[in-house]
Amino acid sequence: MSIELRQVSKQFGDVRAVEDVSFTVQEGELVALLGPSGGGKTTVLRMIAGLETPTGGDLFIRGQRVNDVSVQQRNIGFVFQGYALFKTMTVHENIAFGLKIKKWKRADIAARVQELLKLFGLDGLGSRYPHQLSGGQRQRVAIARALAPKPSVLLLDEPFGAVDAKIRQELREWLVRLHHDLNVTTIFVTHDQEEALEVSNRIVIFSRGRLEQIGTPREVYEKPSNEFVARFIGVLNVLELKVQDGQSRLGELSFPAHGVPEGNTLRIGFRPYAVQISANLGEYRYRGTLKHIFFLGVLLRLELETPSGLTLRARIIKEEFNRLGISEGDEISFQIREYRVLSREGDALTQETSVAQLVSLAEGI
Amino acid sequence: MAFKKPSPLPGFGLSLGYTVFYLSLIVLIPLGALFLRVVTHMGWVEFWKLATTHRALMSYRLTFGASLVAALVNSVFGTLLAWVLTRYQFPGRRLLDALVDFPFALPTAVAGLTLADLFSKNGWLGRFLVPAGIHVAYASLGIIVALTFIGIPFIVRTLQPVLENLEREVEEAAATLGAGRLRTFCSVIVPTLFPALLTGFALSFARAIGEYGSVVFIAGNKPNESEITPLLIFLRLEEYDYTGAMAIAVVMLLFSFTLLIGINLLERWASRFQN
Repeated sequence: MSIELRQVSKQFGDVRAVEDVSFTVQEGELVALLGPSGGGKTTVLRMIAGLETPTGGDLFIRGQRVNDVSVQQRNIGFVFQGYALFKTMTVHENIAFGLKIKKWKRADIAARVQELLKLFGLDGLGSRYPHQLSGGQRQRVAIARALAPKPSVLLLDEPFGAVDAKIRQELREWLVRLHHDLNVTTIFVTHDQEEALEVSNRIVIFSRGRLEQIGTPREVYEKPSNEFVARFIGVLNVLELKVQDGQSRLGELSFPAHGVPEGNTLRIGFRPYAVQISANLGEYRYRGTLKHIFFLGVLLRLELETPSGLTLRARIIKEEFNRLGISEGDEISFQIREYRVLSREGDALTQETSVAQLVSLAEGI
Repeated sequence: MAFKKPSPLPGFGLSLGYTVFYLSLIVLIPLGALFLRVVTHMGWVEFWKLATTHRALMSYRLTFGASLVAALVNSVFGTLLAWVLTRYQFPGRRLLDALVDFPFALPTAVAGLTLADLFSKNGWLGRFLVPAGIHVAYASLGIIVALTFIGIPFIVRTLQPVLENLEREVEEAAATLGAGRLRTFCSVIVPTLFPALLTGFALSFARAIGEYGSVVFIAGNKPNESEITPLLIFLRLEEYDYTGAMAIAVVMLLFSFTLLIGINLLERWASRFQN
């Protein structure tokens, strides 16, 4: 294994930035640290780099405990959010910096820099200063500089935060290809769930300094371990239902009681794609009005309102939408294909630690 | 020739006119008049004779030499001072920061008087230095001390904003690439500071060349030994030797002008990495 954190904690004064975090990153993986800002993900990244010292726990890189190894000795490549290029040096000098410190031979340095300039599409820019480059070019220089001394791990802090949407998309694809070609263990921090889902092999999700879940993009999307993860990865409709006559109800919607006593509440959640819509009012059991349609390209996001005033979010693909032939303000019928129980009143489980089990329609609503 | 860039703000002509007029009024006209006087009142031969007397040559050497040494000393210790004031938080930091401006505000005569008293044979410092054979007051060393004193704020105040704007991340980036503290300081921080350091050096140097008040109190003012050029000009005037004073003044002017142009060019080279 390449990197292992065992019950790592970090405290800044009274603030617990990271608490009791353990996870392992395998050699050659591309892992995203995902979470809202202030979640502790950047602190974790900086601890792996050696820019912060853990206040508790152990950190291993390639089996060696590195808690007391200085940042200079760790042989990691770090790409900062603001790139942190040396502005008094040319692109060439920036990339060569780490190699000079490692006392590479002159000819080897020149060859390595040329190789990286070519690989990163920076041919002919070697003698430019950072201020003469575009944002995307600067970022590529920062990555080239970090990779030049052949680090065992590449760490990137919010690598796509500072560039515009189109370049961000290109950079994502480019990072995936780069990782595929170089196969260097890569960990990057992001607060953008879409970015994490698209780019990484595995995602580590943080919130308030704690590790919430670790898994492949598909796992965290389809089997979120708690409500926080479910809400953070993708959109979630959340309903708070009251149990009456053996059924949990909210407005005209009703679900099984799931063992919750009469008069108590039950929280359920479902993804927008779980909402099935028909233009035929008799096809599904619930009625609703199509309030808004948001065009997202291949997908459309719909907002439904039930007669009792509940607003639900649904998502369908363009072909499906065209087939239905519906437009804003139309009456439709719908059903909820699958949902999960988030919490039951009286449970010792809090919202965020509850085990969310997936309940499909087949179980009978 | 299009030196006027299109700008949404009007008034380029007016503001350029104002700038040229104002600079002419307070800089160019007096300096031009000085030149003109030299050209019309004496020939080049007489000018050369008056400007290059032994006494004058010795005074140039002292003025520019002592100013250079003082500016160099300030570059080192001023950088250190600016570094400490921007990088560390400690009780009394703001007070120290305010103290840096003291040489700006103090009348230079007071500075000269204080230093002369401090370093004289019976002064608080002089009583230890003089027996050891180190003569500060009434010697050329005293001039350097005075010029260092008045020049220090220039370095500190030009470096401070640049130091404050240094990104922490850049130093961390150097560390992740394997650079130790010293290496980071020399290869990353110093080149970034260099243009500002040159500006500070130039200001401190220029200020020292023109300094009069503090120096005359501590220098002893012996001809050929501890007599600075501004004092020599003053003495010439006292002797009603206007042409002699003016010849020396023109030499000062040319020297200072050439030096400042040179430093400016160096600054431009040193900041080639900026927009």
